[in-house]
Amino acid sequence: MMLTVNNLYCERDERVLFQNLDFAVGEGEIWQIQGSNGSGKTTLLRILCGLNDDFSGEVLWQGEEQGKARQAFNQHVFYLGHAPAINKTLTAKENLSWHCASRGLTNSDQIKAALNSFNLYGYEDMPCYLMSAGQQRRVSLARMLLSQAKLWILDEPFTALDKQGVMELETLLAEHARAGGAIILTTHHSLQMNHPLQAVDLDLLAGLVAA
Amino acid sequence: MSIIAATLRRELLIAFRSPGEIINPLMFFVIAVSLFPLGVGANQEFLSEIAAGVIWVTALLAVMLSMDSLFRADYEDGSLEQLLLSPQPLYFVILAKVASHWLVSGLPLVILAPIFASMLSLPAEGILPLMAALLIGTPILTMLGAVGMALTVGLSKSGLLLAVLILPLYIPVLVFGTGVVDSALNSLATSGLLALLGAMLILALCLTPLAIIAALRISVSL
Repeated sequence: MMLTVNNLYCERDERVLFQNLDFAVGEGEIWQIQGSNGSGKTTLLRILCGLNDDFSGEVLWQGEEQGKARQAFNQHVFYLGHAPAINKTLTAKENLSWHCASRGLTNSDQIKAALNSFNLYGYEDMPCYLMSAGQQRRVSLARMLLSQAKLWILDEPFTALDKQGVMELETLLAEHARAGGAIILTTHHSLQMNHPLQAVDLDLLAGLVAA
Repeated sequence: MSIIAATLRRELLIAFRSPGEIINPLMFFVIAVSLFPLGVGANQEFLSEIAAGVIWVTALLAVMLSMDSLFRADYEDGSLEQLLLSPQPLYFVILAKVASHWLVSGLPLVILAPIFASMLSLPAEGILPLMAALLIGTPILTMLGAVGMALTVGLSKSGLLLAVLILPLYIPVLVFGTGVVDSALNSLATSGLLALLGAMLILALCLTPLAIIAALRISVSL
């Protein structure tokens, strides 16, 4: 098992977002976190990747507590949040080369390939503020291919993509899972992947805080 | 350590593509210092007495004004989250970030200082000590400011809070910094005070990145 979640509990504003949450993500699995708006999907993902520590319960990375295995965890996990993590004054290439360096990778020749696989051929040297929202999203998604991470934690990865882009991303995600990776994602888009999906429904785990 | 070079390159590129953020604090420094002779009168003797203090106080405020651009954009576009999730040693990444910020906001003040010192009729023997003190002192100001900024970056209006948080920490630097120039003008040795400032700089280099990382984790988790 890559990531194991034991008895996770989180509350916010006197509302229980989820309680007794247990699941384990293994190689080749794709997990979809479901729930209505405000049900805590983003909060859960941020807890899983270690950005939020306002919870009780356990998050284990390969059997070790996530906080203690920080470096190995960060090396093997890629997180895509709501914000694109793209600086608009920099070009696509400059953004990506910093992201590679921040993960300890020096694969500058792969940056072009990653951009190409998101149909951004020829946009390497364009400042990101000149790009459309969808193109910026694609630059952000290109980081995912460059990260060499095993577990991808994706928060609404399909936002702003066109139909073609959605299909290509679905194929990419299925390929990653088949190659032994794992994915945890949230989306309101109905996934059409030819890969089995596992689901966690947060609406079933919500409740009120006991007085 | 390619991450240090990559971070320096990224920060400097961003700074030079949006020059307003560099120039605004510098312009504040230039305007504030030039207004003093008009406000207090062109009495050379009096001006030379307050010159070091005026330059230090305005440099201190200019550094504080420049802090907002350090983490704001990264916080808003999500780069800060990615930074905290990086498997690289964060200590060096933060150090590189703060260093590049000082290069574009603190170093120009050190270079401009002699011009404004002579405008305020600071005697010639005070100019080199002033520059030396600013050269050691402004990085301390930038690093302390970065701690305050890291704590308040999650708030939409952090200006006043930042000032309340970090101005008390700036006072020792201000006291020793102006002390260096005073000693030089009274023909006393400046090496002791400069060494004290140097010790503060080393302490800041060692400790503030740790405080910045902890503060950023809090700001991002809100």
